[in-house]
Amino acid sequence: MDNSRTATVDIAMNPQTHRLSEKKLRKAKEKFIEGVLFLCAFSAVATTVAIVAILLYEAASFFEHVSIVEFLTNTQWTPLFENPQFGVMPLVSGTLVVAGVALAVAVPIGVIVAIYLSEFAPHKVRETVKPFLELLEGVPTVVYGYFALLFVTPMLQTFMPELPGFNMLGAGIVMGVMIVPYVSSVSEDAMRAVPMSLREGSYAMGATRFQTAVNVVFPAAISGVLAAFILGISRAIGETMVVAVAAGTQPNLTWDPTESAATITSYIVQVALGDLPHGSIGYQSIFAVGLVLVLMTLGFNILGHLLRRKFREAY
Amino acid sequence: MSNHTHPVVGSLKAETRNFNFFYGSNHALKNINLPVGDRKVTALIGPSGCGKSTLLRSFNRMHDLYPGNRYEGDIQLYPDNVNMISHGVDPIEVRMRVAMVFQKPNPFPKSIFDNVAYGLRVRGEKNKGVIADRVEEALKGAALWNEAKDRLNDLAFNLSGGQQQRLCIARALAADPEILLFDEPTSALDPIATASIEQLVAELKQKVTILIVTHNMQQAARISDYTAFMYLGELIEFGPTDDLFVTPKVKQTEDYITGRFG
Repeated sequence: MDNSRTATVDIAMNPQTHRLSEKKLRKAKEKFIEGVLFLCAFSAVATTVAIVAILLYEAASFFEHVSIVEFLTNTQWTPLFENPQFGVMPLVSGTLVVAGVALAVAVPIGVIVAIYLSEFAPHKVRETVKPFLELLEGVPTVVYGYFALLFVTPMLQTFMPELPGFNMLGAGIVMGVMIVPYVSSVSEDAMRAVPMSLREGSYAMGATRFQTAVNVVFPAAISGVLAAFILGISRAIGETMVVAVAAGTQPNLTWDPTESAATITSYIVQVALGDLPHGSIGYQSIFAVGLVLVLMTLGFNILGHLLRRKFREAY
Repeated sequence: MSNHTHPVVGSLKAETRNFNFFYGSNHALKNINLPVGDRKVTALIGPSGCGKSTLLRSFNRMHDLYPGNRYEGDIQLYPDNVNMISHGVDPIEVRMRVAMVFQKPNPFPKSIFDNVAYGLRVRGEKNKGVIADRVEEALKGAALWNEAKDRLNDLAFNLSGGQQQRLCIARALAADPEILLFDEPTSALDPIATASIEQLVAELKQKVTILIVTHNMQQAARISDYTAFMYLGELIEFGPTDDLFVTPKVKQTEDYITGRFG
């Protein structure tokens, strides 16, 4: 009490020192807070940079033993055999085939779901369906993997008797179902962001709901929809458990989804589970294919970014 | 053409009778009785919130798009003599005959050609020759042909604001409507673009019946044959534009057009 009174008296008697001062303490506090926030934000960047750096470092020692040309052109991937072959193409083909099957499933279903939820579904239905889709997102991927192996593949075998027990088709279909929620929720957001004035313009011409959705809303939202596709591709390429469980572990240079083949991710899991000596060529190969994986997703993300810019919402 | 006539406007294209409209529990339009003369320009004026846009949007059943809206009474369309807001009438069929141009130009994210062809394609027209002819005719009708003929495949967004609005008029015209609704079509445009739209309206009334909502009283005076003054959801006064602006019968109308309120 007494202190505070003296303080006020002080201000009154000596105004210059209390007005328009530097406020050093407050400045220091602000600086400190800013620094903490910066560190938090920077940690994400630092992690990414560190991962890429380690990948590059370990991959560099891999490429001391294996030339990049051989890596890209050899059609065999047998790093653990006595006469090891280091051609990454079989893993890349496996990855792309599974991702392709997944997208063939996820894109049409995801877009149809998005169009339905954004343009047709009454409020109540939308609020009921969306949590279910989010639930689909939350199912652990290993569950999807066994679902592919023990349910989808046997089902496919009833009308494709030659289908092997491990195959890319079943894994791809299940992975497609898994990424439907990603594709549909991003596409739906993009479609709902289309201004009502465009829809009204279409309805005013006598268009039906379906004509409006397909001819006006969908093209207007195309940049967001493309972003959803790219997100789906990245996700499909990086997905591990489904392919590790259901697609097989044999590197196999083929574009036929009914065959069994390893993908980049399933190779990494398979090798990482064994006890490879640190620094061996097999150990280093993990980083080399990991680098390929990162470059592929990076490539698709850049493509997505460019497409977004090209088709950016101009309504 | 029809034997439905009105003492003031003569031959009728449409008419509201004891028309009421509700946004949920909000009684937005009260007992509107408005005659719409065949191939005449009818202007709806009044201060913001008076219900003029709401009334306009009832003529093509735009309110059907949103839940909770309710019409009561009649909007009679002639020569059919059908109440176009009754349950048995399909709103899409109404919109095929009653086109609309909005406040802000709203071209679709398509080429100029595809924008104008939209209404025809929605109606199931497949013949490319027919579509091309109608698009040309509509663009000429909207005074946009000379500017657009060499860039029909350009994205519509590359046009200027005034051109976009004329494109929207062409889009509406291509479908050959009987009534054309304008919801403050020039409020987002500069004076030159506004003048060209006004001139267009004057030409279009040879062929179509026009209903226009405007905030601009000079505009109403310049382009309309009849004017309806609305206030707080009611139709206060209706008459030939020249009479209404020179000798308004109701005090509220006089106050509004002389700028005393609104």
